[in-house]
Amino acid sequence: MSTTTMPPTKAPKTEPKSAPKGALSDRAKGERRLGWMLAGPAFAVMLLVTAYPILQAFYESLFDYRLTDPDNREFTWFSNYAVILGDSIWWKALAVTLFITVVTVAVELVLGFALAMVMHKALKAVRPLVRTAILIPYAIITVVSAFSWWYAFNLTSGFVNTWTGLGDYDWFGHQWSALAVICLSEIWKTTPFISLLLLAGLAQVPEVLQEAAKVDGATWLQRLWKVTIPNMKAAIMVALLFRALDAFRIFDNIFIMTRGNNNTESVSFLAYRQTISRLEIGLGSALSVLVFLCVVLIAVIFIKGFKVDLASARGER
Amino acid sequence: MGPGARTSRGHRGAGISRRRRRAPISILAVGAISAGLLTACGGETGPPTLTWYINPDSGGQAELARRCTEASGGRYSIETTLLPRDASSQREQLVRRLAANDSSIDLISLDPPFIPEFAEAGFLADIPEDVAAQVTEGVVDSAVEGATWNGKLVTVPFWANTQLLWYKKSAAEQAGLDMDRPVTWDQIIAAAKQNGSSIAAQGIRAESLTVWVNALVTSAGGQILENPEANPDDVTLGLETEAGQEAARVIQSIVDEGVAGPGLSNRNEDASATLFESDGADFMVNWPFVWPRAQGKVAEGAMTQEQLDDYGWTLYPAVVEGERSRPPYGGINLGVGAFSEHKDFVLEATQCITSTENQAYYFITNGNPAAKEAAYDDPEVLENFPQAPVIRESLQNAAPRPQTPYYNEVSVGIQRTWSPPEAVTPESTPEEATSLIQGVLRKEKLL
Repeated sequence: MSTTTMPPTKAPKTEPKSAPKGALSDRAKGERRLGWMLAGPAFAVMLLVTAYPILQAFYESLFDYRLTDPDNREFTWFSNYAVILGDSIWWKALAVTLFITVVTVAVELVLGFALAMVMHKALKAVRPLVRTAILIPYAIITVVSAFSWWYAFNLTSGFVNTWTGLGDYDWFGHQWSALAVICLSEIWKTTPFISLLLLAGLAQVPEVLQEAAKVDGATWLQRLWKVTIPNMKAAIMVALLFRALDAFRIFDNIFIMTRGNNNTESVSFLAYRQTISRLEIGLGSALSVLVFLCVVLIAVIFIKGFKVDLASARGER
Repeated sequence: MGPGARTSRGHRGAGISRRRRRAPISILAVGAISAGLLTACGGETGPPTLTWYINPDSGGQAELARRCTEASGGRYSIETTLLPRDASSQREQLVRRLAANDSSIDLISLDPPFIPEFAEAGFLADIPEDVAAQVTEGVVDSAVEGATWNGKLVTVPFWANTQLLWYKKSAAEQAGLDMDRPVTWDQIIAAAKQNGSSIAAQGIRAESLTVWVNALVTSAGGQILENPEANPDDVTLGLETEAGQEAARVIQSIVDEGVAGPGLSNRNEDASATLFESDGADFMVNWPFVWPRAQGKVAEGAMTQEQLDDYGWTLYPAVVEGERSRPPYGGINLGVGAFSEHKDFVLEATQCITSTENQAYYFITNGNPAAKEAAYDDPEVLENFPQAPVIRESLQNAAPRPQTPYYNEVSVGIQRTWSPPEAVTPESTPEEATSLIQGVLRKEKLL
């Protein structure tokens, strides 16, 4: 019996060539048609509830249009965008929004990770209890939690000044302290969300790697930095993406606590004021479109980063 | 568990008989529902129900709705729907509904500064001359002025509010102030400083700040808008004047002299009242609601009768010595919805609601001063509001805020530039406000 190895045949390439080309193509076409038919209703609903409002907002943004004077609706091309981008209010609001986004997401990530570690290490019997307790702030409606924080720091009725001995300090009367309270309420409410996502990520870290690192004499910090975090990159990026998009659209906390006073206005609040309070539909629509574009930009940046990290997690680079 | 399950367990007979017994009931129920639906489709058959959109109060408007429903003799009934608490949110909700031609809005409790905007947008139904004559008879001038746009009465004056200067009698005496004579801002600033106390004014970035700035500018002999009825591109502001600078100087002086009290930049009317009640301020500019509020606190035990007895009141402070003050003017007017299907009944209802008796009732029970002068002579009003004569006098001097369809832009523009009060200066604030408001009206700037 000959043991000579034959060169590998290119079976996968020759098989399709021998198959009748037209018949396979028809089947593929049929499958594609079926796929479109099945996906069609969902796609139509998506278009209706997502694409249509965005396109409508973009269309409205090209007009000078006030709700109380609908007869004087005038097509003005991109003049609304020029007004917005040429006004320092937009840039100030954007800076405030980015500040809130960066601070809250960064702090939430650190705290969320610590909480996830605690929950991961907690005894099986108490783990559900810990998880439920941690989730309580996230279950509270944002308006309610924002009002509670406002109430606590309020000069007239708040207890924080009494407890801290700060007396007459007006937390919402200064930009930095007002932003600090806004960030604090946001961090308090949303850290549980991050911790749950990271807990799921922690569960994916192979135990065998941890044990191998332990055997090799790695310290707790080295294992955290070299084993745990690299294996959780996907979960971390997902948590960052969701929270960054959410934090960028911050509105409720600002509406309840400061109404944008003392330079605490976010871009969403600015859009609200132009559209709802001023009733300038064109200008407000242009602002909404700009906020949307910012959100898309953040998503693209994160998704690109996410792909890179997935590749590195698979050892492809 | 359904009937099928019951029959499968050997209760078929019982199930059928129950179903048979239910048949007439089901037919009746279906008939009743169908009749209801048909009625809904075919329109109202009984007397119409008028919907009155009201601002929050202590239940007085609901009671007036009940009284006027009764007075209509069954021809119509009035039901109330509550609007949000602050004036700008009330405006937002009403505009959204009226822009959609909402015919359910029959009657509106409307804040006076928004009347020109609503009238220009065609949201208010015309008020016939005979009704106008009837509802303005014996009404204080500032209330009639506030209810008018382009020389025509477009709303019905309901209640007319004004701010007074509230003070602690003991503190004024200690500072040597004669409160029987008109006082100026400079005098009360000096008195508060001497006493080591403060003045409770409203510095929050909200409508109350515009109210304050308007009172200061008009008291200094100027006005925020020189030509409020002009096209937005041609509007001229009167802030970059001596009067505008004087107004800014008063606010700056309150801050610089250390008599602003804690949290001025976030203080609204309620916070001012709390500061005054808690001995944090010797002087306060505020609406008359602070009087029943303080009485309520005494009843609750949160304040002593001694503290209440120390309450004093007089006309709003003037900016220029020897000149009269121009106190803030507020209140509520009644507008008839342009898309209402029952305008005749609504006009009739406005006359009922604003009768002298009903205005006196509303004043006594809800603390909101009447627009009709005769109500101030009511013995019960005088008993409950010993300051009623001062309120009437104040209303005669009161200065309305700028009457323009673009009031929201003007007001928010002032709120942005005159806030926080700690940053107000006569050199820069009037100029910044003028630049912003004109830029916004010319659609060159964001608000």
